[in-house]
Amino acid sequence: MHIVYPVVVSALLFSIGVYGVLARRNAILVLMSVELMLNAVNLNLVAFDVWLRDRLHGGQVLTLFVIVIAAAEIGLGLAIVLAVYRNRQSIDVDRLRDLSETGASEEAGPPEEPVGVGEDADREARP
Amino acid sequence: MNGTIQAPTLEYAQLAPMLVVFGAAIVGVLVEAFAPRYLRSAIHVPITLLSLAGAFALTIWQVVKGVPTKPAAMGAVAVDGPSLFIWGTILVLAFVSVLLINDEDHFVAAAAAVPGSAEEEQALHEGAGHTEVYPLALFAVGGMLLFPASNDLLVMFVALEVMSLPLYLLCGLARRRRLLSQEAAVKYFLLGAFSSAFFLYGTALLYGYAGSIDLAKISAALGVVGGQETLLYIGVAMLGVGLLFKIGAAPFQAWKPDVYQGAPTPITALMASGTLVAAFGALLRVFWVALGGLDWNWSPVLWAVAILTMVVGAILAITQTDIKRMLAYSSIAHGGFLLVGVVATGAAAGQNSKALSAILFYLVAYGFTTVGAFAVVTMVRDAGGEAWHLSRWAGLGKRSPLLAGIFAFFLLAFAGIPLTSGFFGKYAVFQAAVAGGATPLVIVGVVASAVAAFFYVRVIVLMFFSDPAADGPSVVLPSRGTAAVVGVAVLATVFLGVFPQPVLHLAQNAAQSLFIR
Repeated sequence: MHIVYPVVVSALLFSIGVYGVLARRNAILVLMSVELMLNAVNLNLVAFDVWLRDRLHGGQVLTLFVIVIAAAEIGLGLAIVLAVYRNRQSIDVDRLRDLSETGASEEAGPPEEPVGVGEDADREARP
Repeated sequence: MNGTIQAPTLEYAQLAPMLVVFGAAIVGVLVEAFAPRYLRSAIHVPITLLSLAGAFALTIWQVVKGVPTKPAAMGAVAVDGPSLFIWGTILVLAFVSVLLINDEDHFVAAAAAVPGSAEEEQALHEGAGHTEVYPLALFAVGGMLLFPASNDLLVMFVALEVMSLPLYLLCGLARRRRLLSQEAAVKYFLLGAFSSAFFLYGTALLYGYAGSIDLAKISAALGVVGGQETLLYIGVAMLGVGLLFKIGAAPFQAWKPDVYQGAPTPITALMASGTLVAAFGALLRVFWVALGGLDWNWSPVLWAVAILTMVVGAILAITQTDIKRMLAYSSIAHGGFLLVGVVATGAAAGQNSKALSAILFYLVAYGFTTVGAFAVVTMVRDAGGEAWHLSRWAGLGKRSPLLAGIFAFFLLAFAGIPLTSGFFGKYAVFQAAVAGGATPLVIVGVVASAVAAFFYVRVIVLMFFSDPAADGPSVVLPSRGTAAVVGVAVLATVFLGVFPQPVLHLAQNAAQSLFIR
């Protein structure tokens, strides 16, 4: 098989992943799109490995590393998304705007944040 | 295949600083699993601080013994002069940041609990805390050590992830303003994962071009392999995107203010100092060791990125009303000044070592000042936590002259006023850039510095020449840790500003051997 076919397929997969990250609003779907990008890389690496007849199989080894690290990354990402969902009941990335540029400059005073339990004034701000 | 497998050789002595840090991090995880809750903090803090100090001592020992001239671990990790200098810098900055992390209860008691819920109340009542922050910080520091020293793209990717993954988590663990903190974690994570996918795609394309992921072999393939320039150019561009993202250079700077603002301030200090140093080390190594023969192609792009970064950082900082966001934009602008130094690494070895030593000195100077500035931010408190809004800082000079004076000193160092460390850092980088023929860049840099000086001075004016609000923030009495951090940062900033010679000399010696090719 000619090397061009797998390379083009992986480029397309990568582009779909990029589109997904930029266009999706659901954090889980963004995570899935990132996975798609990483898998495009894996396909690319394996194809190059076979094409180059690499004696040390650097491409395949790198693929294994990518798979492991991608798994760790997804586990961590889901934990963060879960924490956000518990507090906001929403994982819409477009609604995460508390830290955005406009929000900061429009506010006249310091941002009003819900203060957690046990953070009473006399404990936190000692005179 | 003749049936025998040769075991790889590992130079344990050269890798010792990293091994100590990673080992201590693993011990920390075990402590988390087996030690009772009330003991954990008491065990973690000495382990973390001792391992960082020990790793620093091992780094010094390595320098005294003689800088190795060959890459270690079968060519995967290069422990050379610049690496050792960067390791020393990162370890000291991490030590200082850990003092800040340890200091007060910056971190959430139970990350999984909703603020205000019964679980949270119970966790606070029991005095629970996420002591996992210490092993997480150690893993991040280990990744920072490996990142600039990695000599092939596989190790570099692993180091990038080992450095970033703990930081994503640490960003979301602030005790106060939980929503902002978690939002920062989501943003940092999504953008970080996005950029590391770009880094990997670039790696794959370069592998396809050169047939190897070893930096030296990629460099060797540059002149030999023909007819596949598309792979090479797209690969270099993608790799560059991944690395420039970590630095926060201009088209990829969007995460920096959001994450710096939302993350717990000690973690912001660790990121702003350690990650920046590590990422510049890695960027220099990739562009000098692997792609040095291609500088006609990447140098114009870096020119544009450096100009854009300086301009965006300096101009957007003026509009900020939040102290942490302002420091984040200042960090972006400083990244631009450092990129001027990266552009100045020309073809000749002499010019290279000059630019490299300037960058190394700048990194030390900036790292200490930024840790000190964030340490000051942790001490100015409102009822709901740290007072971030600039209007709250009005009149601080009348309420607490010492603290305001120290903060003003740090801001002047950021601006690059003579007799502070920032002046010599900027001077060295710009001088190297002029020698390297990048005079237009230096002019842009000087103008950007002047613009940046405007907003630093604005904060100083606000602190000293306006009346304090009646219900203004209070300055907490610093604990020993925070006081030590601020003291060290002030001393370093003064010392590097008045007697820069010893550190400049050290940086020159480190840069003399250049990166191992």
